Formats: sequence, C-alpha cells, structure tokens
Amino acid sequence: MTTRLPDDQGHFDTFGGRFVPEALFAALDQLETEFRAAQADPEFQAELRSLLTDYAGRPSPLTEAKRFSAYCGNATVLLKREDLNHTGSHKINNVLGQALLTRRMGKTRVIAETGAGQHGVATATAAALFGLRCTVYMGEVDTQRQALNVARMQMLGAEVVAVAAGSRTLKDALNEALRDWVASVDDTHYIIGTVGGPHPFPEIVREFQRVISTETKAQMLERYGRLPDAVLACVGGGSNAMGMFADFIGDPEVALLGFEAGGDGVETGRHAATIAEGQVGVLHGMRTYVLQDSDGQTKESHSISAGLDYPGVGPEHAWLAATGRASYEPVTDTEAMEALKILTQTEGIMPAIESAHAVAGAMRVGRRIAETDPDARPVFVICLSGRGDKDVDTAIRWFGLDGSADKTAGNL
Amino acid sequence: MTFDQSRLGKSGEAFAAAADQGRPALVGYLPVGYPDVATSIEAVVALTEGTDGTGCDVVEIGIPYTDPVMDGVAIQRAGTAALERGVHTRDVFPAVEAVAATGTPALVMTYWNLIERYGVRAFARDFAAAGGAGLITPDLTPDEAGEWCAASDEYGLDRVFLVAPSSTDKRLATTVRACRGWVYATAVMGVTGARAETSNAAPALVGRVRALGAGLPVGVGLGVSNGDQAAAVGATADGVIVGSALVSTLLAAEAAGTPGDLGALRALVSDLSAGVRRAERP
Repeated sequence: MTTRLPDDQGHFDTFGGRFVPEALFAALDQLETEFRAAQADPEFQAELRSLLTDYAGRPSPLTEAKRFSAYCGNATVLLKREDLNHTGSHKINNVLGQALLTRRMGKTRVIAETGAGQHGVATATAAALFGLRCTVYMGEVDTQRQALNVARMQMLGAEVVAVAAGSRTLKDALNEALRDWVASVDDTHYIIGTVGGPHPFPEIVREFQRVISTETKAQMLERYGRLPDAVLACVGGGSNAMGMFADFIGDPEVALLGFEAGGDGVETGRHAATIAEGQVGVLHGMRTYVLQDSDGQTKESHSISAGLDYPGVGPEHAWLAATGRASYEPVTDTEAMEALKILTQTEGIMPAIESAHAVAGAMRVGRRIAETDPDARPVFVICLSGRGDKDVDTAIRWFGLDGSADKTAGNL
Repeated sequence: MTFDQSRLGKSGEAFAAAADQGRPALVGYLPVGYPDVATSIEAVVALTEGTDGTGCDVVEIGIPYTDPVMDGVAIQRAGTAALERGVHTRDVFPAVEAVAATGTPALVMTYWNLIERYGVRAFARDFAAAGGAGLITPDLTPDEAGEWCAASDEYGLDRVFLVAPSSTDKRLATTVRACRGWVYATAVMGVTGARAETSNAAPALVGRVRALGAGLPVGVGLGVSNGDQAAAVGATADGVIVGSALVSTLLAAEAAGTPGDLGALRALVSDLSAGVRRAERP
C-alpha cells in the first residue's frame, strides 16, 4: 500500500474523481493547492494542533467498556471517545481544519450541508470562532426531526436553510449547497462534512479526521503494547470511519469494519446500505457506490439515523470495499437502538444513533467470532463518533417513553 | 466569423447556417416528460415552430434527474414532476426522433449518471439511431470523458462541454479542444434560471474562447428570458441558449389547469426568435 491515493486526478482506482460543473474547477484547484501548502506548513499544523487540543479537547480518551464487552462474545471492547469532543462528535476535527483553510484562501463565508445537524453545528461553531459568515443547508424533513440542532446553529449565528426539493434530506441539502457554491465561489468555501464529493474533498476530510486513528494507535501501543484486532465504525458518507481506518490501512493484522444503516432491513428496500446494495455510479461529484434505480435515478435512503441517511458513500470506502481491505455490513434500526440501550445501561455512555450502528456491529462480530473460534480473545476499538443527546426525542418514541417520572414522592 | 467545418458536426452546422444569415442561433431547452411524455414531445417540436413556423435552430432535450445540481427551481420542479409521473431515460428517444424529423438538430442535455447507467456506448448507439446530434454534459468535463469521447467518435456525435467565467486559460483550451459542434459558455456563475439582467461576463468569456482560434461557435446560456435579452446576448455570441423561461411557460400552463396548452411557449419562442434576428452584430 505504498502508492499514494488518491492519484493526481483524485481517483481511488476507478472511484472518486471530479464530476461537477466546470464553474467549480478553479475553486477545487485552489483548494487543493492551499491544502497541500498547508499540510507542509508547520505554522498551519501548529495552529490546527492547538485548536484541536485547547478548543476541541483532544486527544479524546480510549475507554475500556468492561460491562458492555460481556455482550460481545469473548471480545474486549474499547471506545474511542469522539463523543467527548466539543460540539459532541468527530465533525469538529474536519471543520477546524477547513475553517483554517478558508481563512488561508482569504474567503469570508462558509456553507455546509447537514443531516442530523452535527456537521452543521460544528461548522456554525467554527464560523463563530473565526468570524466567518455561515449558511447551513438542511433537508426540510431533517429540520423537523432535528429542531434542537437548528436552534443551536441559529444561536451560533448561522443562517439555516431548509431544502424543500427532492427527498428533502441530506442528499438534497448537498445539492443545494453545491448550487450556492457555483454562484458564490469567489468569497465562499464549501465545508463538506464527509469523505465524499469531488476531489480533493475526500482526501482533505480523511486527512483532518486521520487524528482519530493516529491517537488510537498510540493509545493502544502505550497501554496494551499491541494493535487492536479490529477497528469498527458506522458509515454514512464515511468520515468517522475513514478517520478511524486511515492509519490502520497499512496494518493488515487490523480488520477494518464498517457498518452501514440497514434501516428496516435491506430486504425491505428501506435502508441506506450503499456498499451492500448499491451499484457503481456518479453522485455529488464522485464515482462511487450509489443507491439507484435501473435508470440511474438516485433512490431515497432510509434510516432512523439522519446522519447515515445518505444514498452514496465516500469513494475511498468504495475502493476499500472493492479491494477487500475493509468489510461493510448493514445494521438495522432495531439492532442499533438495542445496542444504544445496552451501551447506555452498561457503561453510562449514550451514543448517537449513528455510532450505535458500530456498537451493534461489535456485538454481532464479537458473538460471531466466539462461535467460530471459542479460544480467540479479540480486541475491538469502536469509534464512538458522537453522543446521543440529540437523539433523546427519537429514543422517547422508539422505546415508548413519555418523559414522565416513574413515581411521585412528597405527596400527602 | 469563420468556423472549422471539420469540427462543426450536426449542431455546429446549424450555428453556421444562422451565421450565414448574419445572426446568432437560437437554442431552446425543454425536459422530456413534463407535463407528460406525449405533451413534452409536442412541446419540443413547438420549439422549432413558434407561432409562425420559425423557431429554434437547435433543440436541447433534458432528461430529468433526481439530483440536478446545475439547475434552478424551474427546471428542478418540472424534472421532479416528470420523474413522479414515471419518465424514463428511454423516453428521450422518441422526443429526439420528433425533433430530428423537423430537420432541426436535437441535442440531449443530461447529468452523467443516467448515461453511465444506460451504458455510454449503448446510449450513443441508440441516440444516433434516433437521429440525435450530440450531448451536452453539465457534470462531465473532458477530465472524466474518455469513454464518452470514444463513443461519440464511433457514432459521429457532437460533444458540447461547458466553460465558465472562472475557467483558467489552460482549462479553457483543453475543454474547447475536446468539444465538437460548439462550446457552451455559462455566462453567469450560478444555476439555470431566468434573470432580470443577463451577465456582462458573457462578452469577455466569448472573446477568450474565440481567441483560442478553435473555429467553433460559442453559445451563451443561463439567464435569458425574452427577445430583448436574446438580442443583447446575441450581439456578441454565436448562439443564445434559453431554458428556464421556456420551462416556466409549461409550469404556468399546468398551474392554470391547462397543461396541454403550448400557446405561451410558442409565443415566447417567436419573441426569442425575433430577438436573435434583430441582434446587432459587430
């Protein structure tokens, strides 16, 4: 794996590339040039490191989940705690890097797409910190199911635009952000939140999220003197997974396991399992796996988790899947919600529903290994990409809670 | 303006014929499938006729797509409705045949995934068999167009790529070199949609393309909605491209409860057609 990927045209073998209007090429070239210069600039790197440490709260802890591990066969499960970052998810890692790039390019406005609102909140946060104007595009359906995050972004000074076109979810928010960018590219940087879109975004976002696996590797070696047997992450567009995989790609003894949103079950057609069920196509500027019909029209994805509800996937994941270096499995809504409850009640850590897909994956894979190889004692690291505060409303509905107390004390 | 005959293809020849009359060509766009497939086929033929038998010199037929990132609300709305009503990629072929039968070259404007899914070579074959002239590809640039260049060479189809005010000189040269037929200049940095004022970036962009000495006509699009704007844009361009304003007449007809009424469409075509005929050319 010594070849540098992507290549100069942004290809991961046949995946990736640039499928966007000509009007955006100059901006993509400028972004690539500035990114390469920034990567080689010690001052830029020092400023980013300082922000990650003193503002975002890195390094994030690696927590051994002792009671939860009992649900995972003979595995020992560790949690990489991206949920403890400022703004509550891994999204801040990428946003701080891209905000610094925005300033370096002399641009004064940022735009972003968001599904669950995590990337939108992170972008609005960085915009406030750097004094940048900010517009966040969010599918109308998602603004309704994530109203709290809409309010958070507005508190941070961002303008939130509900997108009423198409399926009114994440993919349509991305379309609308691209439309904004074509018209505003002179003063505006588009902070894409996932390892997708046209080159160089998949590479940039991977590099800004790489810190997850760099820290994990060092923490494993320091505390356990070994690498994990597997790293596990949920995959929508795939940014936390790419961050968790990046430094382990060259370590063949470490399995890379991604878990896509299986929604109601892939057999129902209502899911977001792009790698499992999609075909190679072009969407949002990249060639990758896409959920599409026989004409090539994008199919609507379905997931209880807004952050995974996306019918495409980052091109490097497509490549890792095609080469067999990483494997991807769907996890249903039901499995994810069950895992969310178990982790919350065994460890006192409530994950985002997105991350709960990886938690469910650990239970499934741990038990599978225990059945096939009862003597194995594997070590797993789950990327706990976000915290579950934003998902309490969904949990109330799913588990039939009503928010009322269990009993009343103090009455006569 | 002298053009390089060997690179004009079917659609470029229509530009050259208009130039012989001392005027810019008129290029009109409508999507197949809106308000329904049958009416949309009548509508693309109406683009060639207007009210009095004089209309567009070149017709662009769009294939609706779920994620049209280059399009504004008018074309999005028509495309979404067409998809909800069950339009398929293959429905574009009878529309192409109907336009080709009038003697007007028919181009298809399409987002790339639809062509990849059909099969690039298979689409080129079936499209050429229907009498199509070539493709306009808003999200495919020469960088990723190897398969399409081979297929379009094999079936003798035009390749119309887009250039923009932000294109660097180097990219402009590469893109123009890859074109056959004509060059599509997106004069406004933005998505499709009628605008009160058209761009003043257009003359500069047209001049930059011509300075490359490629011998290809340059069409200017994005924002033109009436005959006066067509006359103004046509003063410096070899062709004037109109889309959203035409689509809007069909949206208005449906909103008025008469989706089959092409009267406003024909009237606008005639206004635009008169506009390009009064363009004051240097």
